[in-house]
Amino acid sequence: MDAQQTLRTEVEQLVRVHGRTRTALMPILQDLNRAHSYISEDAMLAVSDALNVPRAEVYGVATFYSYFSVKPRGTYVIRICRTISCAKQGDYHPAIAALFDELGIGMGETTSDGMFTIEQTNCIGMCDQGPAMMVNEIPHIKLTEASVRSILNEYRHAALAAKKAQ
Amino acid sequence: MDPKAVHGFVGNKLSFSEVTPRDGIRMAAEMAPEDVVAIIGASGLRGRGGAGFPTGKKWEFARGQEGSPKYIICNADEGEPGTFKDRLILTDFPELVFAGMAIAGRAVGAEFGILYLRAEYGWLREHLDAALERCRVANTLGNNILGASDFSFDISIRMGSGAYVCGEETALLESLEGRRGDARNRIPFPVQAGYLGKPTVVNNVETLAWVPCIMVKGPSWFAAMGTRKAPGAWLFCVSGDCKRPGIYEYPFGTSLRQILSDVGAENAKAVQVGGASGTCVPPAQFDRTMTPGDLATGGSIIVFGPGQDMFAVAENFQHFFCDESCGQCIPCRLGNQRMLEAIGRMRKDGLTVDGERNVRQLAQTMTVASKCGLGQMSARAFLSILNNFSGELPGHV
Repeated sequence: MDAQQTLRTEVEQLVRVHGRTRTALMPILQDLNRAHSYISEDAMLAVSDALNVPRAEVYGVATFYSYFSVKPRGTYVIRICRTISCAKQGDYHPAIAALFDELGIGMGETTSDGMFTIEQTNCIGMCDQGPAMMVNEIPHIKLTEASVRSILNEYRHAALAAKKAQ
Repeated sequence: MDPKAVHGFVGNKLSFSEVTPRDGIRMAAEMAPEDVVAIIGASGLRGRGGAGFPTGKKWEFARGQEGSPKYIICNADEGEPGTFKDRLILTDFPELVFAGMAIAGRAVGAEFGILYLRAEYGWLREHLDAALERCRVANTLGNNILGASDFSFDISIRMGSGAYVCGEETALLESLEGRRGDARNRIPFPVQAGYLGKPTVVNNVETLAWVPCIMVKGPSWFAAMGTRKAPGAWLFCVSGDCKRPGIYEYPFGTSLRQILSDVGAENAKAVQVGGASGTCVPPAQFDRTMTPGDLATGGSIIVFGPGQDMFAVAENFQHFFCDESCGQCIPCRLGNQRMLEAIGRMRKDGLTVDGERNVRQLAQTMTVASKCGLGQMSARAFLSILNNFSGELPGHV
């Protein structure tokens, strides 16, 4: 099966879970975005055909929400909160500097091994425990330069372990 | 992930911890729906998302609608900067929120509930699904709830995907229907034509959590907590430059000064009340009270200590609105960008008479002409900082 056909099969499976209705569009895009770390053009076409929703509208939805991406991203998407309660903590700038230094990339970039992407995000509801960031769906709080480095190492180890298990 | 890992500090005893959700549902099950609406109406409970609409009125409107099915939607798209009470409520009291939804369903004649959870709280999903399952097993959700033959209600959870504007109820409905989160025009209101065009009640997490408490303890218990004009208590989320950030429950009418003293922020230079779309309060006004009509709030209190550059704060908030504007109406989409540029210029070059006039005109245009609350409110923080802290700008004499 070619890649496009594989995607269409995957979308059909998601349709069976979420239904063949317009209200299923968000849940289906959410699952695709999670599984592939982004929503490819082929994926959008497959969803458009499966739900009979115009391609422009699928694209419109896929590009509206900040958690969706239509470009490839790392396995782990790091979203560091840039809103005021986090951003004015003393540890905020050292924590971001540690992210950049540890991964060798800047804001909005992805590491060459495809493992990490760093993004900024708005308030993630951890204002009382900032600075904070999400790594995919998991929040990390009270960040310091040191804790950022050890968090990244944990994800590196998890990725290695997952690779070995395959 | 265990939600307790990011639980955070709770500064005083919360009323929510004193109520068994099941008792609230039982009372509603044994009562006529009209009487449930009447009890919530009599309590004076108002929406806790920020707009403060009377909950009883909303339910009464929805109850009077012909359409079917009707829907109860819990707005858990908490995104206002400095707000994190839904995080705590959904961690510690999810069954109270579900009970509130079921009671709302009983009151307006709805059997379907949807909890719209922001993407950033995806880590709560497993915890909430488990709580839903417990409710079904205990028959506080499902068919013939607690044996009442005419009371069935169940809840599904739907996720957001990262968009502040979806906390606005009509944008939330668009998102649930599989569209971009573009706010709708009203009329019709959601209670008339909401989710899939059907009568829909959209209530905030905290609003719904108070519902079973009011059922169990009575509307007069609730009303007695606040002032005559503003009954009840509220959860406040305190962050920023203070010794004890966290969640605090206060009755309406509590002064800002009292709160600052409790959280260890007596030396505050300014306090942002109501998040990015709220107002910045200078020390001369710390005796103002947390009451609709005085300091209205969605529960967010961000403290700024003596060292903070207030126009850097304004710039941060403005950046937030530029990111989060949905882009469908020009006053908000372009207005927020021009405002951000103006703040940047001001921080660099100071304020000219022309510059101030222009920026105030822009703020007024955004406030008057934006389609939804996002654009209508986004100049407030900047204006309150400009009005109270313009002395911090360069070249000021």
